[in-house]
Amino acid sequence: MLSTIARRGRLLSTSISIRCASTLIIAEPASDVSALAPSTLAAISAAQKLHSGPITLMLNTSIDPSVVPSSISTILNTNQSDSLAETIAAAVKKAQETYSFSHIVAPATKFGSNVLPRAAAALNCSPITDIIDILSEDTFVRPIYAGSALAKVQSTEVVKVLSVRSTAFDQAEVDGSSATVVDLDVEKQILTEFVKANVSKSDRPELSSANIVVSGGRGMKNGENFHLLEALADKLGGAVGASRAAVDAGYVPNDLQVGQTGKVVAPDLYIAVGISGAIQHLSGMKDSKTIVAINSDAEAPIMQVADYALCQDLFKAVPELTEKL
Amino acid sequence: MKILVGVKRVVDYAVKVRVGSHGVELKNVKMSLNPFCEIAVEEAVRLKENKGAGVSEIVALSIGPKQCQETLRTALAMGCDRGIHVQTDLRGDYMELQSDAVAKLFQKIIEEKEKDADLVLVGKQSIDSDCGHVGPMLAGYMSWPQATFAAKIDVEGNGLLVERETDQGTETIRIPKLPAVISCDLRLNEPRYATLPNIMKAKKKKIDTFQAEDFGIDLEPKNKVLEVFEPPARKEGIFVDDVNQLIDKLRNEAGVIP
Repeated sequence: MLSTIARRGRLLSTSISIRCASTLIIAEPASDVSALAPSTLAAISAAQKLHSGPITLMLNTSIDPSVVPSSISTILNTNQSDSLAETIAAAVKKAQETYSFSHIVAPATKFGSNVLPRAAAALNCSPITDIIDILSEDTFVRPIYAGSALAKVQSTEVVKVLSVRSTAFDQAEVDGSSATVVDLDVEKQILTEFVKANVSKSDRPELSSANIVVSGGRGMKNGENFHLLEALADKLGGAVGASRAAVDAGYVPNDLQVGQTGKVVAPDLYIAVGISGAIQHLSGMKDSKTIVAINSDAEAPIMQVADYALCQDLFKAVPELTEKL
Repeated sequence: MKILVGVKRVVDYAVKVRVGSHGVELKNVKMSLNPFCEIAVEEAVRLKENKGAGVSEIVALSIGPKQCQETLRTALAMGCDRGIHVQTDLRGDYMELQSDAVAKLFQKIIEEKEKDADLVLVGKQSIDSDCGHVGPMLAGYMSWPQATFAAKIDVEGNGLLVERETDQGTETIRIPKLPAVISCDLRLNEPRYATLPNIMKAKKKKIDTFQAEDFGIDLEPKNKVLEVFEPPARKEGIFVDDVNQLIDKLRNEAGVIP
């Protein structure tokens, strides 16, 4: 029904869209089916702010409702073996045709960024992504210019297709839901094929959701020196990140990059080591609760942003810090 | 293979932007080719230089004001064969011309002017609007395969093998058959500097201009920007003298370590 109205144009009044309010959450593919990803839990908590209507969770596999927040009333299982954009966009289209959601929400991760715009195109809607604040069911705040500016934006679309930044929302409590699990029949797509995944294996916490992050920049001089940061991170039980300069120089792989075009993190403690603090890096970590900067250059921009700045040679300071903790 | 590359003119990455009364101040601000579009151009040129890929032509496409011609000349100097400028004075930094309209303009250019385009390369995001929508939305509108955040592209038979960045590392996907849309990420390549001879040659390459309003697309933003404001400033920090003082502050003041 809503799709017919959308074709007739944006004549639909706001009151009708609130009455039919319901949200579809596109879950991050589960590497571990015993729990939802932190980014999915943040998306669910964000969805709870949109309206009081029902929330449906869409996954590519079966999940036990007891590990799902109680706000989820239905679980859609697409039974797909891959998480390619074409597959998920088709699933979203099928779900929308079946259930006519007013809101479709994905986490603003690389997964969400790959999938959501294609899903929006399939529904002929203009999406709003990387939302950091929800003001109403149609008005949101998102960063532009690497977070140097924030835009308050109102969607005029009948269906709001959105992605939310995980660090801007608390994770929804996993208090067990009584949701029914429904199979969603999705036609297999043949445009792309999954070949293999190259997953960085680490015993350390995942960078995007870690409570403590130790990050290195060009000041580390090479990749081997990152072991100093790994030792510090391990002492603190944290994750290791890097600036774009370090990734560009080949010191560490891309998935460690924190910044405007990398991961956005907001841990309780962010320790920036040998990082100058370019705007693009700051945009990825400035929402951290406490920021520490260790840099031999007192004039580096990061020293003005940090809560605690230590102007010292990192090759002396970091091992000393690791030892004394 | 014919490649269409999107090139966007954006505020230079080194500029510290200021928020004015109508969005970010753009007057007299240095503008440049979006860094990820530059990576896309470089990849197109490398594919052409690799004889095995059989690239016949690279067309650069830019949507924006008349100064986009400079952006196109940069792409031509790097090795694109000709350019298309879709002229509009609507702001492309999220304020007016938004991703859905841009993707639809790309679609119109492909369907009406470059019907034999086999591959569209775009940057993974532009550093002004920070959306990253055009690649996947265009692929969705065209019902073409997509590969976003490409870190490596290899030609394989009639299709491509793409290694792309994911939240956990990378994954490899196969596109069995072209046409396709690929968005380019940081590790894909390091763009070349245009040499002076190539800059001179680029002056003679053809750029066709069309008006954005002539394609029958609604260019009005579906997402209305109500306000642009600066984020709240962080509380000022302090310099600590040594590691001992740092640990003390973290433990007893900030309370972030036990």
